[in-house]
Amino acid sequence: MKRQIEGSQAVAEAVRLCRPQVIAAYPITPQTHIVERLAQMVADGDLVAEYVSTESELAAASVVLGAVAAGARAYTASASQGLLLMTEVLFNIAGLRLPVVMTCANRAVGAPINIFNDQQDSLSLRDAGWIQLYVESNQEAVDTLIQAYRIAEACELPVMVCMDGFYLTHTVESVDLPDQAQVDAYLPPMHFARTLDPAAPSTLGGGSEPDNYLEYRQAHHRALERALVEIETAAMSFADLFGRAHGALLDSYCTEDAERILVTVGSAMGAVRDVVDALRARGERVGALRLRCLRPFPTAALVQALQGARRVAVLEKAISVGLGGIIVTEVRAALHHAGVRVPVDGFVGGLGGRDLTPDSIAAVFAASAAAGAAPIDCCFVDAAEDPPSPPPASPVKEPLHGPS
Amino acid sequence: MDRRDAFRLNALTSGHRACSGCGQAMAARMVTDLLGPDVIIVNATGCLQVFTTHNAQSAWQVPWLHSVFANAAAVAAGVEAAQRGRERPARVVVQAGDGGTFDIGLQCLSGLIERGHDALFICYDNEAYMNTGVQRSGSTPHAARTTTSPPGRLSEGKSQLKKDLLAIIAAHHMPYAATASVAFFPDLKAKVEKAMSLSGPRFLHIFSPCPLGWDHEAAASVQVARLAVETGLFPLVELEYGAVTGVMRLAQPRPVEEYLRLQGRFKHLFREPRGAEEVRHLQALADANIRRYGLRDAPTTWDTDEAGRVQRGGRGGYVTTPEHLS
Repeated sequence: MKRQIEGSQAVAEAVRLCRPQVIAAYPITPQTHIVERLAQMVADGDLVAEYVSTESELAAASVVLGAVAAGARAYTASASQGLLLMTEVLFNIAGLRLPVVMTCANRAVGAPINIFNDQQDSLSLRDAGWIQLYVESNQEAVDTLIQAYRIAEACELPVMVCMDGFYLTHTVESVDLPDQAQVDAYLPPMHFARTLDPAAPSTLGGGSEPDNYLEYRQAHHRALERALVEIETAAMSFADLFGRAHGALLDSYCTEDAERILVTVGSAMGAVRDVVDALRARGERVGALRLRCLRPFPTAALVQALQGARRVAVLEKAISVGLGGIIVTEVRAALHHAGVRVPVDGFVGGLGGRDLTPDSIAAVFAASAAAGAAPIDCCFVDAAEDPPSPPPASPVKEPLHGPS
Repeated sequence: MDRRDAFRLNALTSGHRACSGCGQAMAARMVTDLLGPDVIIVNATGCLQVFTTHNAQSAWQVPWLHSVFANAAAVAAGVEAAQRGRERPARVVVQAGDGGTFDIGLQCLSGLIERGHDALFICYDNEAYMNTGVQRSGSTPHAARTTTSPPGRLSEGKSQLKKDLLAIIAAHHMPYAATASVAFFPDLKAKVEKAMSLSGPRFLHIFSPCPLGWDHEAAASVQVARLAVETGLFPLVELEYGAVTGVMRLAQPRPVEEYLRLQGRFKHLFREPRGAEEVRHLQALADANIRRYGLRDAPTTWDTDEAGRVQRGGRGGYVTTPEHLS
């Protein structure tokens, strides 16, 4: 049923439809509306689940860890500082191979503190061993969350569904919410084979040593590689049953005959599509590619999609400070490894909620087109000429204490 | 055979890698056998986790989960939430050392209690970070030597006091909290059984000597633990909803010096005159405990002597008299 609904509320509805038994929550902007809505559902009896309001994000991640280890389907959400406070536990969840699903409402990381959108938070956790899926719209956020449980439980890997804070979480748009019977048909009840059970005692989370730790990590890596297939399968079965698709590993737009392709992640793709349309109307053969899945990295699909292009630009909302763009580095590596010698320009923009307007995106396309043989390493989109460095301290107008 | 009918559960079975004389291994073996098989144990990082699990080996005969250092109480909250509404819910028990309780785990522990989870949190207190090589914790007693509170030209060991954890726990007004000691098994047994008969958040603080970190003979662990109680340094008490409801009376308080002299971690106090002042401080702390909890005159069913003479299950048993201690 189509409803005009805020992104966060739509995600909460999707969570309800997945029948979680345990929800752990700690407030942080811009994730809060999701867990507020879930709390109301539990309070109204519309969702039968244990709702655990924790004392920190570290605890919220730990509660879902414990719940899933005990065989329950569980959910949590966070962002920014909260996600980073969870970091230790998120690595642990992945290493224990627990099928946890969470939402990251992508937000900048301080300092300086900033509540608005970029993707520094989840991209900083790209090595945590989670599957990371990034969505473009609120419809995709709903559909991907439902797919996430199926992928997680099939692969015994945690899945983080990343949606841009405010641009999606706080935006009202028309979303088709599936009905319960459809979701039940798509998502079987949780079955976790390694559930902690007194009838069949097992040890989960014991020590390892140099003679086997490497193999655990290798197995984890292989599991993520294998998950590529499950992510595609989950998207295809979803399309069959619900009649909607948002791509699987990638989502491409006008790339078939494109000479220049812009690669991006998340909600920025909406404006990118408009810019592609405008440039094509002027006769420019441009296209766009959205990475829906960043971990596991869809190397083969990406190379396949980009190998016909003469020039590639990557526009991303995060940075590995001291290196440059994170995703551009991975795209360059994938193409280089495959022997595809196409220049890849790096653009970092939209940080801390700065709007990536159609004009900014058109400027990215133009800069990439005008660049010479050497690719643009790392260009900050719409950045002021003279940025403050380091962030200025607030001037104190009146000293708190007079001179002694 | 149903595991609940077994003569002894051996929840923590032999073959683990604890040091000889490890108070925590003793305490954990006593406690987990008393818990029975229908539990899920969540363990914080620390000695107990390290010496009981190694590669694919495990000494645990009950379901056991370890995540990280700080979060055992929160993981337990999730395990417990998952049990609700189940036909045969498992009881949830947390095990942590003093680092995982007094320090890095305190926030998660407070959350567990505040939210009223049905879980028993057990702190095996050996008064320092032993797993990493004896560093001071919030639980390390005043004047004790650790690798990060070393005595030196300007130092007599840890300059601060042991954190009053029980007062913090008591402020949560939870159904049950108690201190216990490996040296008083019948008392420990009664407290575990009482804790397991109740629901809601419960807390057990078990004094567990570490021969390696405290620098005493491995065979002296129980003797050291007994003296900690008999000096008043570690009072055995019970609290219900924050109020003291049970106290182990001291038959004859022993001087603190007797306890300190058994342990290398206090040796520096007896080498130089300035150490004598710290010994007086520690005696004053013990005396304050005796007054605070009424350890001399509490109207209790047994005192330290009687509790020490209780026969253990009618098999062999142990008898301890003051002569054995000297």
